[in-house]
Amino acid sequence: MTPSLVPTPSSVHALAVDNCLTRNDWICGAYFSSSRVDALQTALLQHIGIVVASVVLGFVIAFPLALLGRRYRKLEALVVGTSTAIYTIPSLALFSLLVPLTGLGVETVVLGLGLYSLTILVRSMIDGLRAVPDDVRESALGMGYAPARLLWRVELPLALPTIMGGVRVATVSAVALTTVGAILDYGGLGSLLIEGSSTNFKAQVLFTSFMCVALAVALDLLLVGLQRWLTPWRRTAASR
Amino acid sequence: MAHPLAADGGLAMINDVYAWLTDGSNWVGGSGDQALTRLYEHLLLTAVSVVMAIIVGLPLAVWLGHRGRGGTLAVNVSNIGRAIPIVALLALLSLGLFGSSVLGPFGRAGLATLVTLALFALPPIITNTWVGMREVDSDTIEAARGMGMSEGEVLRRVELPLALPIIFSGIRLAFVQVWATATIAALVAGPGLGRIITHGYDADDPAEIIAGALIVAVIALMLEVGLAGVQRLLDPVGRARRDTAKRDTRRGSDNRLPVGPTP
Repeated sequence: MTPSLVPTPSSVHALAVDNCLTRNDWICGAYFSSSRVDALQTALLQHIGIVVASVVLGFVIAFPLALLGRRYRKLEALVVGTSTAIYTIPSLALFSLLVPLTGLGVETVVLGLGLYSLTILVRSMIDGLRAVPDDVRESALGMGYAPARLLWRVELPLALPTIMGGVRVATVSAVALTTVGAILDYGGLGSLLIEGSSTNFKAQVLFTSFMCVALAVALDLLLVGLQRWLTPWRRTAASR
Repeated sequence: MAHPLAADGGLAMINDVYAWLTDGSNWVGGSGDQALTRLYEHLLLTAVSVVMAIIVGLPLAVWLGHRGRGGTLAVNVSNIGRAIPIVALLALLSLGLFGSSVLGPFGRAGLATLVTLALFALPPIITNTWVGMREVDSDTIEAARGMGMSEGEVLRRVELPLALPIIFSGIRLAFVQVWATATIAALVAGPGLGRIITHGYDADDPAEIIAGALIVAVIALMLEVGLAGVQRLLDPVGRARRDTAKRDTRRGSDNRLPVGPTP
């Protein structure tokens, strides 16, 4: 970490040079020194890593829960109720409550965000699977599909758009919420953002904010592409 | 150096947190930034910003929904809101436009925090209100017009009452979200209960961190449950439906919109 990320008017350099850094402009080319670009890159990679890990974690836990919840209504109420309760807890508090269990590392951030993703994903999975028309299911059973094959070949493909909708919401939310991980020093771009905010460094605040939104949009577009690729039949149906 | 949070655990921690929560001096007194002041700030911020969002968003969405316009805006505003980190918006507003000076009872960076929170309360209110208005059965509206109701009467006496449950669940969602968001405000500059948590981290005091987090989380859950109860009381149609036919196993609190975005 570079010690002088902040323009310090009292320093010798600041007195000598008048540029956008010493003026603390919002937009500043001189901000992109090689050390800051390195820091931005590291932060961006950490941000992406946290988002991907937490959504994958949420997905892996949500899938079996959704299958069980679909079968047993009582369990569904329990799963949805509990995960809604978790979702209600503000992220700063959730991370803090997890700290005694998982420590001050990146695991706490990933686990906390994973729990939020879980809420969104369980709901979208149950909704998606439940929306599969009964006669489609009946036909597949009549054609001799075993339950597992029915799930993989018929139900999941049909539920995919709804599930992917959930994955998109979970991902975009995770990008925004990762910034709160800065409290544990694992906030990706959020760490730089908050550092910039507390030191009144406008160029850093604006650029890292922009990067957060751009990352959310980029990941969302990526998921839209993935969904189109996974559901080719919907494309042909739309073009007809 | 091993951090106290990582090293400590179990019973000792629970005792420390209990001690923090039951120590009166943590709640009132001294420099005026004890828990009770923070709680007051937090409640005030949440309430005022949600009311601000209702004043701006509700009439707009009711009008758009009534006219059947602005669907793209109403639906996408939630998706846009989700992508913007609160920390970013608050940092931008408090460094720029609004500054971080103390605003009366709202505390440090009060104006920037209020505006940020109100902006975050807008999407659920706008989206739910619009969808609620659009989901009113068009036959019902036709029938009301056929009975000779004016447009204003259709709006006031048919569409609004029928849309009310979904509108209210939008407001409830806004309340709970803003409560959560207001906590994060402390990371940047903002006032509110989040300050207890951030102070705990700064002071390396695990008990304070956990105690602050507990206060925030418990009140968030109480808000969610309490408002769901209010919603059930306020929803005569839903109540009548539940009383007559129990075919619908979903509770009134599930009135909120599906979480998946509309593409």
